[in-house]
Amino acid sequence: MNALQSVVDGLVQAEVPLSDVRIRRGVELHCTIPAAGVLRLGQAVPEMGARLVLMVGEDRRSQAGAFLVHYLFARPRENWFVHATASLDPRAPELPSLGSFDYPASRFERELSDVLGIRLLQHPDPRPLVRHGFWPEHFHPLHKDAEAGEFADDGRPFPFTEVGGEGVYEIPVGPVHAGVIEPGHFRFSAMGETIIDMKPRLYFTHKGTEKLFEGRRPHEGVELAERVSGDTTVGHALAYCQALEAAAGTEAPRRARYLRVLFLELERLYNHIADVGAIANDTGFAVAHAHCYRIRERLLRLNKRLTGSRLLRGAIVPGGVAVDLASGAGVVDEVAAAIADFEEVVGICFANTLVMDRLERTGVLTRTAAEDHGVVGFIARASGLDLDVRRDHPYAAYDELTFAVPVMTSGDVKARALVRVEEVRESGTLVGQVCRALPDGPVLAALGSPEPHQPAFGIVEGWRGRIVHWVSTADDGTLDRVKIVDPSFLNWPALPLALEGNIVPDFPLCNKSFNCSYSGNDL
Amino acid sequence: MAELSAVVAQTLLAVMLAPGLVGLIRWIKARLQSRRGAPPWQIYFELRKLFAKEIVISRTASWLFRAAPLIVFGTSVVVASLVPLVFIPVAFDRTGDLFAAVYLLLLGTFFLALAGLDTGSAFGGMGSSREMTVVALTEPTVALSIFALALTAGSTNLGVIATRTLADPGMALGPAHVLGFPALFIVALAESGRLPIDNPSTHLELTMIHEAMVLEYSGPYLALIEWASALKFFLLLALAANLFVPWGIAQSLAPLDLLAGFAALTVKMAILAVAVAVLETRVAKLRLFRVPELLSASFVLALLAVMSTMFVR
Repeated sequence: MNALQSVVDGLVQAEVPLSDVRIRRGVELHCTIPAAGVLRLGQAVPEMGARLVLMVGEDRRSQAGAFLVHYLFARPRENWFVHATASLDPRAPELPSLGSFDYPASRFERELSDVLGIRLLQHPDPRPLVRHGFWPEHFHPLHKDAEAGEFADDGRPFPFTEVGGEGVYEIPVGPVHAGVIEPGHFRFSAMGETIIDMKPRLYFTHKGTEKLFEGRRPHEGVELAERVSGDTTVGHALAYCQALEAAAGTEAPRRARYLRVLFLELERLYNHIADVGAIANDTGFAVAHAHCYRIRERLLRLNKRLTGSRLLRGAIVPGGVAVDLASGAGVVDEVAAAIADFEEVVGICFANTLVMDRLERTGVLTRTAAEDHGVVGFIARASGLDLDVRRDHPYAAYDELTFAVPVMTSGDVKARALVRVEEVRESGTLVGQVCRALPDGPVLAALGSPEPHQPAFGIVEGWRGRIVHWVSTADDGTLDRVKIVDPSFLNWPALPLALEGNIVPDFPLCNKSFNCSYSGNDL
Repeated sequence: MAELSAVVAQTLLAVMLAPGLVGLIRWIKARLQSRRGAPPWQIYFELRKLFAKEIVISRTASWLFRAAPLIVFGTSVVVASLVPLVFIPVAFDRTGDLFAAVYLLLLGTFFLALAGLDTGSAFGGMGSSREMTVVALTEPTVALSIFALALTAGSTNLGVIATRTLADPGMALGPAHVLGFPALFIVALAESGRLPIDNPSTHLELTMIHEAMVLEYSGPYLALIEWASALKFFLLLALAANLFVPWGIAQSLAPLDLLAGFAALTVKMAILAVAVAVLETRVAKLRLFRVPELLSASFVLALLAVMSTMFVR
């Protein structure tokens, strides 16, 4: 409470034109702000140590006669949030851009411009982001009255930044790749084998996920959230459910909160282990890959035994969890055995000088670059940024458990692999703590009815990093707008920065060490 | 006449066995990784599948693109007829020259690199450029290790080198053999796109060397190229095996001798296959700019082989 009061004082002092200030759930400062005041806000809040974690626009022309744009800032450790809402002219929505000093904001704004047709004032890079060339000209899918017309290629190439000069050539890669992976186009400018620049073009898997939430009952949104990114079922489902619970003022029972930790850590475990193997595989060290996949399979079977789904689908529901843990399920032993197995593979990899030579000093993302671009998750931690939502904004039962947040400083592929190895160990101890201290009681509470048009959000540290779900319900209790921020949305732009000065054949290794989701980014 | 048919039979044997060698290495590697792995003969089904598929050719491709697979396959088959595999030809002896064999293989690589450039795709050009870098570094090693052998045997004829070594077993412990063999082995790995220089099983276009060069090929053309590169790998290993350790090779066309020669070849190739598989399991792919370091090491070995041979004489 005190922290928030000083935030309000600070904002008033910085002459941010706040109005309608409310404090909700103890840590959230909600306010309204005129569109002209967002620049002030965007500068004043970060000065207090908070970062912009989400921007969402909604089409409220029919009820409120305006487009609304919400800004959500979060202050790690001190654990407070600022949620500010600006309303824009329904006929000619215009928004002053924060893009010239806040990189994540510039990306959120480009998205707003594409999906809602909001005009950005003084945006440093107003190229389309979500919109591909074949969208009809005035089609903005998140307009409530949007109608998809004819989709046809406009024949114009995407305005990639071109690198000129003698001997510089372009390598276009994708969107269809040789392996079974998701689509993304990468435009390399290379000089010999040295990468000068790389520009990714994504959004080939734009499925309109956020639009699909609209009009669903809150419970029906879970299955969509679980499928935002196939490998992050629990992370997204949990963020979504926490957002709903915040909106409805429901708290999940204590046993359910412990089980949520268990499922989230199980998801982290199988992904981290598989990816360490995949990184080794990209150096040509296939043995590690084969064994990491074997261990992953072992964990997936455990998942299946615990929840009925290898990918833990259906486990998290609004109000708690759908499956209880039977006593003597042997989770701790199985996880400990899998981790011991994994440690052996890691030992073999790290003892191999050829593998290490490929990982060290490859794809260095500097701390400054990571901080400026708002990078999150294990990529941020490998570059020296000490960020972890589990500790910074505790949820589920993390405030009752002890764990370390591994941070490395070298920012190379090796650091990203090592952070994940460390996190596997931490997840192992978390699973142990949860199973030992699992409280008795119910695992599900009835979800109350959310207050219409009262934005609420859930924030979770998935295995990739910070996942944010923002929800707002309509008068009839259905979902009116759901905004999802997958960590990949913030991490993708950092990949080209890590590539600078590397050689083209090392790109797959750098890319694998980032392992951003296409689906989670494209939505 | 009997010898002619024997040479033809020997050539056919190499052509037919070569994919099996690659399949065998894949299978051993899978086993070493605790995977079940496809059986060694799976590769024959893959070739049959490719031969049955349609050919897709870029509109920008010229005759070179169509000719290259035939040239690559053709040169490899010619080399197969020169190399002593099961027996040492006598009447055909004159053709079996070491320089001819090695440079015919390089001719195939040369045309493949041109074909990689021909379609104008970024990957083809990238692959060709990398392949030429590697080949430029391996060629001096090949020439020098041949030279070391030729110095000791007094001839560049393949049959003569093998016969001389058989006649004077002490030669096999001489510097030319002991230093030349690892040099040629490393070069054989580099030329055939194996680890640690290139990764034959990767799907990552940007890291490929050989595979990037042939990425535009499909159907029967691709089958020919894959077959030819298997044959090239087989022949390089067979050269290393039969020149440096020729024992077992048949010196006459007597059925028993031929049988023994075939058995010896099988055993030697199997040992090399295991060696390659173990090596490929133990190592990771080198960073592209470290490949020259490995290849210069093999060059130094070959150079030492030549110099010490001079001194020993």
